[in-house]
Amino acid sequence: MGSLGDKYAIVGVGHTKLGKVPGVSSIGFNVLAIKAALEDAGLTREDVDGVLVKYPTSGFSSLFSGKLCQALGITNKLMAVIDLAGATIGTMVQYAAMAIDAGLATTVVCSYGDNPLTGPPGTYGRVNSDDAAFGFVGAPAGYAMAARRHMKEYGTTSEQLGAIAVAFRKHASMNRNAQMQKPITLEDHQRSRWVVEPFHLLDCCLVSDGGAAVVVTSAERAKTLNKKPVYVMGWGQAHPAWDIAQRESLTVTGAKRSGEMAFKMAGVSPKDIDLAEIYDCFTYTALVTLEDYGFCKKGEGGSFVQNGRIELGGELPCNTAGGLLSESGMPGMLLLVEAVRQLRGECGPRQVNNAEIAIASSQGGILTTHATLILRR
Amino acid sequence: MTEYAGPLPTPTIDTAPFWEHCRKHELRMQKCLDCGHVRYPASVICPKCYSENSEWASMSGKGTIYSWVVFHQAYGAFFAGIVPYAVAIVELAEGPRMLTNIIACPLDEIDIGMPVEVAFEDITAEFALPKFRPLGKP
Repeated sequence: MGSLGDKYAIVGVGHTKLGKVPGVSSIGFNVLAIKAALEDAGLTREDVDGVLVKYPTSGFSSLFSGKLCQALGITNKLMAVIDLAGATIGTMVQYAAMAIDAGLATTVVCSYGDNPLTGPPGTYGRVNSDDAAFGFVGAPAGYAMAARRHMKEYGTTSEQLGAIAVAFRKHASMNRNAQMQKPITLEDHQRSRWVVEPFHLLDCCLVSDGGAAVVVTSAERAKTLNKKPVYVMGWGQAHPAWDIAQRESLTVTGAKRSGEMAFKMAGVSPKDIDLAEIYDCFTYTALVTLEDYGFCKKGEGGSFVQNGRIELGGELPCNTAGGLLSESGMPGMLLLVEAVRQLRGECGPRQVNNAEIAIASSQGGILTTHATLILRR
Repeated sequence: MTEYAGPLPTPTIDTAPFWEHCRKHELRMQKCLDCGHVRYPASVICPKCYSENSEWASMSGKGTIYSWVVFHQAYGAFFAGIVPYAVAIVELAEGPRMLTNIIACPLDEIDIGMPVEVAFEDITAEFALPKFRPLGKP
């Protein structure tokens, strides 16, 4: 089998309102996001023969993809829920392309929607496990454990993590859809309360209601549609999988192997990347991913993210719509939506000049899963 | 003992022996009888050699801090009464790493590499939690 690089494309992107959005179910957010993505592509439900969805983080019932297909009016088609936490986003696009290549479908929607702010309490409030007996609860602690190790091994500082939060908020201030648009300073970051030390509040992503979706089809079909196709050049996946306490390393993540696979498949290297949309559930996640992708040496992420290097106009603009830290805490689909819009040149005041190639990461658990996509216009 | 209001461990078929030993203030983990690898958390086979033969071997209870965090945010009413508190990954002398609490130590003295030893804390009649304190501290 030859490489699937450049043979499949993202032809539609869409999302709902982001932030605190009462009155919409998790199914509802998925449906509205898919509707928007199909409109963007100039397609209808008749054109869709595959539906992939990430389960809502705040809880879901089995056969969630079936309930979604029913609400979309789609039957007798390919469907699946994928369970890789945040990395589901990147993997859905990969499995969509593979399914089309295998002849199982021609046009696949990949979606995520959830209502953790206004819906019934679920995962975000759950306290019940061996870990919880030691007070190890919530999402920040595991990442904070990894960040502490990075600080010890490489001298990374809280101020360096803060530079990431400040940069992404600056980008969000140019994004009318972003949940948080008011710029912050490094001092704001340092003064924000501790959540789980070494993380301040402003090291942590938002919690958000909303939905977002993309449409994947073949390169041939993509050329006949509404918008300029964004081709999937390369992809990778690597899932460290084990519990945080058992992990071989807390300072090298699945991004290393996943990134190497994606760069090899795409036939490009980090110096060819015009912008990066890096999963930033916490500031540290973005820092370690940039290192593992090879944008800087291991241990040098702290200095790499300073002095505007990852800001618009810098050497490697990252999270140009604000990321999970400032645009939407939804796990990563908005990063992919933004990468596509940048490569189409649709981003107005935050447009990266002449953006040709982008990388988008997604990861989940506590650095437990990782997926990479390299895209080109 | 007043009723303990914090979250309890949730033993499974695999992990019930670990917690039963903890109740007796014994830190025991499964040691492979074929290759000698000590595994944690509990499992039906050795993840190194896939042997099904193992014993619940006694651990020294000594190790070092691999990483650590301090919870300031309280996730629920019980934790509101105990923040700030330290959670750590401790690497045992025998190899395995485990999630635990660091106790009997000022939070600003905790560091990666610090030698620690197990100190069981009885929380109910059924459960004692294996926490760790600085080595040699009474």
